[in-house]
Amino acid sequence: MSDTTRMTATAIAAAVRGGELSAREVASSALNLIAQHEGELHCFNVVTSEVALAQADAVDEKIARGEDPGPLAGVPIALKDNLCTRGVATTCSSKILEGWLPPYDATVVTRLIEAGAVSVGKSNLDEFAMGSSTENSAFGASKNPWDTSRVPGGSSGGSAAAVAAGFVPIALGSDTGGSIRQPAAFCGTVGMKPTYGLVSRYGLIAFASSLDQIGPFSTTVTDAALLLEAICGHDDRDSTSLRDTPTSFVGPLAEGIAGLRVGVITDFLSDADPLIVTAVRDAAGALASAGATVDEVAIPELMSGLAAYYLIAPAEASSNLSRYDGVRYGLRVDGPDVAKMNAETRAAGFGPEVKRRIMLGTYVLSAGYYDAYYAQAQRVRTMVANAFNRAYERFDVLLGPTTPSVAFQFGAKIDDPLAMYLSDLYTIPSNLAGHPAISVPFTLGEAGMPVGVQVFAPALGEQAMFRVAKAVEDAQQAGCRGPVELSAGASR
Amino acid sequence: MSEIVPGWELTVGLEVHCELQTKTKLFCSCANTFGSVANTNICPVCLGLPGSLPVLNEQAVEYAMRIGLALNCHVEPSIFHRKNYFYPDMPKDYQVSQYDEPINRDGSIELPSGTTVGIERAHLEEDTGKTSHMGGGGRIHDADYSLVDYNRAGVPLVEIVSRPEITSPEDARAYLNELRSILVATGASDGRMEEGSLRVDANVSVRRVGTTELGTRCEVKNMNSLRSLGRAIEYEAARQVELLEAGGRVVQETRHWNESTGSTSSLRSKEEAFDYRYFPEPDLVTIAPSSSWIEQVRGALPPMPGDRRRELTAAMAKSNPDLDASSYQDQIVTVVDLALDGLVVGAIAHGADGRLALARGANEAAARPDEARALSVEAFVELLGLETSGKISATQSKAVLTEMLDGHGAPSEIIKKLGYEGVDADALGVIVDAVIAANPNEWLRFVEGDERVAQFLLGQVMRETKGQANGKLVAEAFGVRKSR
Amino acid sequence: MAVEFTPEEVRYVATLARLKLSDEEVASYAVQLSAVLDHIDAIRALDLEGTPATSHSFDLVNIFRADEVRPGVDREEVLAQAPAAEDGRFRVPRILGEAP
Ligand SMILES: [Mg+2]
Ligand SMILES: [Zn+2]
Repeated sequence: MSDTTRMTATAIAAAVRGGELSAREVASSALNLIAQHEGELHCFNVVTSEVALAQADAVDEKIARGEDPGPLAGVPIALKDNLCTRGVATTCSSKILEGWLPPYDATVVTRLIEAGAVSVGKSNLDEFAMGSSTENSAFGASKNPWDTSRVPGGSSGGSAAAVAAGFVPIALGSDTGGSIRQPAAFCGTVGMKPTYGLVSRYGLIAFASSLDQIGPFSTTVTDAALLLEAICGHDDRDSTSLRDTPTSFVGPLAEGIAGLRVGVITDFLSDADPLIVTAVRDAAGALASAGATVDEVAIPELMSGLAAYYLIAPAEASSNLSRYDGVRYGLRVDGPDVAKMNAETRAAGFGPEVKRRIMLGTYVLSAGYYDAYYAQAQRVRTMVANAFNRAYERFDVLLGPTTPSVAFQFGAKIDDPLAMYLSDLYTIPSNLAGHPAISVPFTLGEAGMPVGVQVFAPALGEQAMFRVAKAVEDAQQAGCRGPVELSAGASR
Repeated sequence: MSEIVPGWELTVGLEVHCELQTKTKLFCSCANTFGSVANTNICPVCLGLPGSLPVLNEQAVEYAMRIGLALNCHVEPSIFHRKNYFYPDMPKDYQVSQYDEPINRDGSIELPSGTTVGIERAHLEEDTGKTSHMGGGGRIHDADYSLVDYNRAGVPLVEIVSRPEITSPEDARAYLNELRSILVATGASDGRMEEGSLRVDANVSVRRVGTTELGTRCEVKNMNSLRSLGRAIEYEAARQVELLEAGGRVVQETRHWNESTGSTSSLRSKEEAFDYRYFPEPDLVTIAPSSSWIEQVRGALPPMPGDRRRELTAAMAKSNPDLDASSYQDQIVTVVDLALDGLVVGAIAHGADGRLALARGANEAAARPDEARALSVEAFVELLGLETSGKISATQSKAVLTEMLDGHGAPSEIIKKLGYEGVDADALGVIVDAVIAANPNEWLRFVEGDERVAQFLLGQVMRETKGQANGKLVAEAFGVRKSR
Repeated sequence: MAVEFTPEEVRYVATLARLKLSDEEVASYAVQLSAVLDHIDAIRALDLEGTPATSHSFDLVNIFRADEVRPGVDREEVLAQAPAAEDGRFRVPRILGEAP
């Protein structure tokens, strides 16, 4: 049997659709690799071998019957464990939801199955997607396949690591303040946050509802575009889902970037690691060589985004997480009355970071602080969006770093919440504005760890964003992206 | 302004929660039905399962607009907020409700008495599930544990908040009654208090006559009839006056009306703090009805109870110009409340006697309003005509009406069946003559003007005819013979 | 301006949030949240008079669903996930106060 774990999603789907590979072969190949290395990396909360093989067989049967198996036919995928999967444990890496079996599938899960994808497992995350390292997972951290002493980033660290390890060519994550792009940068994969409302949130367990978006991980820009095509589009079950949005992202990649105007955000270059600053400048140079016009732009308003985010996201989270009260599902720690039962359950079920954010959010929403904090943060959000939009009068896309540094060592920031929060400085503004952004591996930085470059676009500007991302990818340094050689990577 | 206790004035504001008669819940497609088997109308959304999202029911919005327009409110762009507090009947531990941008604002209700009560707002929100208290005394405090059914969770409610402009228990009842009639007229609600379709909370405060500042209020909950609303307000006002006269202070709190003891009591557990931390619901978007939608909803509204009372009053005035309108106002209120005004106004328009039509409407028909609404105006007119012309007595007419409400056919058929046509004028004459002959002394006293024996003579005729004679015709027959 | 989140405030907020905190947690959250609040406090100084508050990225309006019944979830499937159930309902310990 051939090893298909180095193939892109595009190549696998083409081979399966063309009958050169069976979906079962591909799934078995992925499951074998996972079985060998999952113990070192802990990408998954659960590996769903049976589900994967059954889905693979369904694809093969469709092909045998002469039916269209879908654009992702036989492509193995990892699903972040905050996406509801019917009958498959969905935990958000929290003890409070341990063992919960949702009675329904998230819309994206339904769409992936229709597209022929094969789901191999639920990937690890920071509890309730709150964190930047997966160290907040109640079930243990995931490891960075490039260097297992380093974090994979977070919160979608399991998905990023699974792609970087070659377990799967694509994965889904969710991005509330950078939770796809930051781990993608740390793990040398592509990671993309779509325009808010382009992908349905139905079945995505909410962290901060007004910021959350589901998006793709992949090794190539083309695969990210392919995966986005499969999951995007209006959904009646999500009131914030947009209508009449673009649906084609792979095709336009061929158009190149001649004539596109690229602005380099200078505010993001002052505090980043020097190698990362160099990477952004080199990427900008490559874009200019590929026919884009490149200039610099200062958008100082973006630097207020982090503070606004750490008001809005915890506020919404404090409310979204109230429902974990021990009454209807998940953990219960008994108490003499219902209020004490609630408080005991939540004390035992939530980890320290989740509690910290619930406390912060509850505080900023409480009487007397709403106007000073929450309402002001919502005005900052308007300010950030307006500032971006002013820049987009001059530029088609913007360019900057994804993170201020490369993947850090385990434990480096876990006791200093503020330091951890600062690693999302460059990703958060897109969430506040609802705009799309993508991180593309570009080079190797400090300690030989991958560096991602971020391409920003205005609302529904995904096509231009992908085209520029592809141009960045075309100029990337060899060996800066996954999948990594696991035997070498794991022992480093 | 009435004084409930001399020297004291009462101020009441009412908050009425009205369940909308939509087919589905406010934010999901589960059936909105009363009395289903526990937890059978549930889905990820109304159970607050992780990952689920709300989508607003358009019909609920339209019902809310109908209610607002019927209450003379402005319909405005509105948003939902989350009201955060923990309670096991609330699946998400927040209620999706409207806060400072409600769909309806600034309306009013005119009571039958002519008093106007301002409406501050009428907003949309979701209902909670239902808790049953098990073990102990079966009440919340002494229960061992509780069981929760989420069938009702997410049912659409419109909460109608009055201004604190109600000044007596009677006006509170009249307000609630009028509001119920309006809600039923809009088609948005079935108005059933006993099933919890309408639930009322009262904010009660008292102040010394002559002071302008409102006293500290208490919110009284758990009144489930018009009668208990009046009693609860009376009790609570008296409690507050007594407290204040003794030099005490009213504490702002929620109090529970206990129907059996006829008193209110504080139930808040002491250590509990409430801070609802309202913030805009990020999972829902703005409701901004276009002016054409608003006008279309307004145009489709049927006449409201106040309009219908005015119409019925006008019909009465035309039919019985000699009657003082105040003498039949209560009957008009009853007839309109029970939506029997169509029948009565129709009958009057077809020539029926107004006073008689209204009386039958407000009494016999009102006792069985559902059946009465199904009567045809023609049949009702026929019955009233038979009574007016003396072909049947008032007693017989009521009996025929009862049969008609039972669905036993047209008045003429029922009269035949009951044998009411048996005593015609000739036969009655023979019986009257026989009664006179058998009671010469009594007849003599009657002729001499002793009206007291008239009842006796009438009774004799009735006995002979087994109650079938028309009293009015008998009296006429006696009159004719007396003057001979 | 230094923002201080006192242990008393931490306790009050924990009550609102239905979280039972140990004394150590109260102490460490007071320190950590003060640091975070201190950082985010800077936004209070921004002059944003006239800038509207955004709670959604896009101004969607009137997103509705038709009033049509659709099947929900199976009661037994859901109750099987409940920590305690009885008689087709979710069982909870005694409730001390009425809903506010
Ligand atoms: Mg309310
Ligand atoms: Zn439902």
